[in-house]
Amino acid sequence: MPDINFTLNGKAATVNTDPDRPLLWVLRTDLGLTGTKCGCAMGQCGACTVLLDGRPVRSCLVTMRGVDGRKVTTIEGLAQDGKLHPVQQAFVEFEALQCGFCTPGMIMSAVGLLNRTPKPTEAEIRAALQGNLCRCGTHQRVIQAVQSAAQHMGGS
Amino acid sequence: MARRVRTGLTRREPSSPTAIRRRQFLAAVGGGILVSVVATKAVGQEATTPAAAAPAFNAHLRVGADGRVTCFVGKIEMGQGIITSLPMVMAEELEVPLSSVDVVAGDTALCPYDAGTWGSLSIQQYANGLRTAAAQAKAVLKQMGAEQLGVPVADVSVADGAVFATADPNRRVTYAELTKGQQILRQVTGSAPVDPVSAYTIVGKPTPRTDAVAKVTGQAKYAGDMRLPGMLYASILRPPSLGATRQSLDTSAAEAVPGVTVVNTGGLVAALHEQPDVAAKAIGLVKATWKENSLAVDDKAIFDYYERSLGSLRQVTGVGSVTTAAQQAETTIENRFLGGYLAHAPMEPHTALADYRDGQITVWASTQNPFGVRDEVAAAVGLPASKVRIITPFVGGGFGGKSSNGQAIEAARLSKAVGKPVMVAWSREEELTLDHYRPAAVHIVRSGLKAGKVIFFDMGIYGVGDRGTDLFYSFPNYRVRTADDRGVPLPTGPWRGPGNNANTFARECQMDIMAAKLGADPVQFRLDHLSNNARMRAVLEAAAKQFGWQTARFPSGRGYGVALGSDAGTYVATIMEVKVDGATGKVQVLRVVCAQDMGLVVNPQGAITQMEGCTNMGLGYSFSEELRFQGTKVLDRSFATYRIPTFMDVPPKIETVLVNSRSTPAHGGGEPAIVTVGAAAANAIFDATGARLYQLPMTPERVLAAIEKARQEGPAPGLTGDVNADGKVTTADAMLAVQLALGLRTGTEAQLRAADTDGSGKVEVGDALRILRAAVGGG
Repeated sequence: MPDINFTLNGKAATVNTDPDRPLLWVLRTDLGLTGTKCGCAMGQCGACTVLLDGRPVRSCLVTMRGVDGRKVTTIEGLAQDGKLHPVQQAFVEFEALQCGFCTPGMIMSAVGLLNRTPKPTEAEIRAALQGNLCRCGTHQRVIQAVQSAAQHMGGS
Repeated sequence: MARRVRTGLTRREPSSPTAIRRRQFLAAVGGGILVSVVATKAVGQEATTPAAAAPAFNAHLRVGADGRVTCFVGKIEMGQGIITSLPMVMAEELEVPLSSVDVVAGDTALCPYDAGTWGSLSIQQYANGLRTAAAQAKAVLKQMGAEQLGVPVADVSVADGAVFATADPNRRVTYAELTKGQQILRQVTGSAPVDPVSAYTIVGKPTPRTDAVAKVTGQAKYAGDMRLPGMLYASILRPPSLGATRQSLDTSAAEAVPGVTVVNTGGLVAALHEQPDVAAKAIGLVKATWKENSLAVDDKAIFDYYERSLGSLRQVTGVGSVTTAAQQAETTIENRFLGGYLAHAPMEPHTALADYRDGQITVWASTQNPFGVRDEVAAAVGLPASKVRIITPFVGGGFGGKSSNGQAIEAARLSKAVGKPVMVAWSREEELTLDHYRPAAVHIVRSGLKAGKVIFFDMGIYGVGDRGTDLFYSFPNYRVRTADDRGVPLPTGPWRGPGNNANTFARECQMDIMAAKLGADPVQFRLDHLSNNARMRAVLEAAAKQFGWQTARFPSGRGYGVALGSDAGTYVATIMEVKVDGATGKVQVLRVVCAQDMGLVVNPQGAITQMEGCTNMGLGYSFSEELRFQGTKVLDRSFATYRIPTFMDVPPKIETVLVNSRSTPAHGGGEPAIVTVGAAAANAIFDATGARLYQLPMTPERVLAAIEKARQEGPAPGLTGDVNADGKVTTADAMLAVQLALGLRTGTEAQLRAADTDGSGKVEVGDALRILRAAVGGG
């Protein structure tokens, strides 16, 4: 098996594994990054969302072959020097979580949205997050948190 | 020398060898003051102690040598926020900062027995009970502090985690100094005085949840995040339908996958590998043939099936005589309401890591009842309960679904079979097909009116039981009869607010149907039947005020719906505004107001979040969720067809009102606000369209069918818009309305009211247009 080289949370990473394996399980088991959750493994719930070159993807559907030479950011890579990312900070402030299981994926989708649309409308936030399911029903707080984070990041 | 005080440390735990557990516990917690609360009727029997309202709670409370306070409870944290609210209660009573209180939840080796985290009971039982425990600990600390300071106990006070001489606050000793090197055990007697509610400074203050940072950084650990050296992940062979029996098995292809171990233990066939994705692939290579059970019922026929198969209705509640009253009624209305099976669909599927070694087993499980799991695991692997430890990390949503724990049993059996730690994490398909579902529901509701009031109300309930049917309206004659679900064809169990969702749907729809019959305003009609219930009245009035409810005859075309419910001792009112797309049947929720009286609110912020969560989750059973099945085969096997609410389905905002009643003991907050959502939505759809839906979920197809039916039947009597009071809405009414709007004619009061279709208080051209549309059948 060839080595797969990629950038993980800003650092070089090398994994030697079957290139057809999903990124999700390599993150969670081989690399010990359990912040990325598995809610369905079918790309239908969004709990496993990570950023691939800054764009949100479902890590259950991305193979290791697909990350070769690219940049992967997981929930563990968002905070810098112990300081929460503005989206994380906003989720705390607006209490945009309950059980917290969908939260990492939700935050990664939101960060991905703000990367390409710094000043999203409410409709754009809803559309961007509609593939991230939340069973606790914290949706409105998530929308508020994303709006607030956008403001703090200078998007408004 | 350590002083040891032991006063009757007993635990009411039938299956637990007390001595072993106490040793484990003391070894684990070290020194300090330990107060043990156990469930006895003796606790707080005096009506003046709040514990009187808490019949069953257990907790250990420890003031450690470092001065930190730790609460050990058998409850678990699944998002509902007890990890924040229970420490608030303790911090309040012990007079320490909230930041110095820790919780150990759901660890069977450290926490006293608890039946399970369900029924919105955590705060009901513990908030009140823990106050007594904390008060007891404080009494011990005061006594010790007084001795240390050399003053009578009557002359000391406590604040900020220290005991001080009331006359000279500089003479103080901290809890940490007092408890250092001590090991003091106390059992709560209920005699220590608790702080009066009026003196609270922490309880009742909106407090952010303490687990938020861990959850936004990915550091919060769930069962699936646990890692042990040498652990294996299991994928389990499942039958194609419930109860199917295996006829043949060929595991050779799976066994040929490098690193895969196939286990076949007592009918449980699993592929194990150190990578979960490889285990999943391997189980797909197992060949098996099955004999399936055939059962001629599906999600459409289930309602007739229930009525045929569940036996006759048995009375569970009776007030007055509905049969006598039925003969006096001027109008009798009978309806049949339906609702399908519901799946829990938490975002975290059932997961457990089991480690069987040296004659003991430890299981990290996503569960709502760790002590139940302990006993089940003990039985499954043949160990006494004392050799089984269940640890509950953060649980990724439960909603009742994690009160069944098949995954933990499977992990335990497999770990025993291979002698290694084994993780079982159900796939989404397993989560949807191995669930215990909220039963389907059939309600036969008969009610009668006399002189504008309900003189009898009679509910026959098939499937979902009688939760939430306690009578809060002033019906003089009331009866509830039930025939309960028997787990056929699908296994059933608790689901957030259990049957109350369906029961409230049936009752509150019937209320609106009666109000419409009388041409009455639905809020006023309800208030007219709440003369004996000040709490519910206040809740409804609060909701109506927040919503800006204006009296109108219904259906008004505005799309407003109201529903009331009671659950876990809490009263709730929901008012909803919807828009119905007459072409597609799609319902859009524009606005929701939810008011709730849950007694003393420990953490208003957490309570509000739960109310919002209940409302959003409730939109699922209202509009999209119903488990489809054919015989014993569940057809909904992914989120693609079992549709839970998404960001596209929820209203922009949920406005919540907590009706404060600090003098009432704390009641449940995790479920009440979900029970009213379906009825409020159905009533809003009726108000928008004049079409009545009798079945949940109210899918676009069903909404369209109801609109079509309403169109064929013509306007209901008393329909707004019938300006000339001839019993129907015609173009003649529209013409009259135009004349009234333009001031070309002076109408009678009744005509003005009938023409004022939007309840604005005056007749405008828009009213006339609305009447015209109704008259020509344009919705």
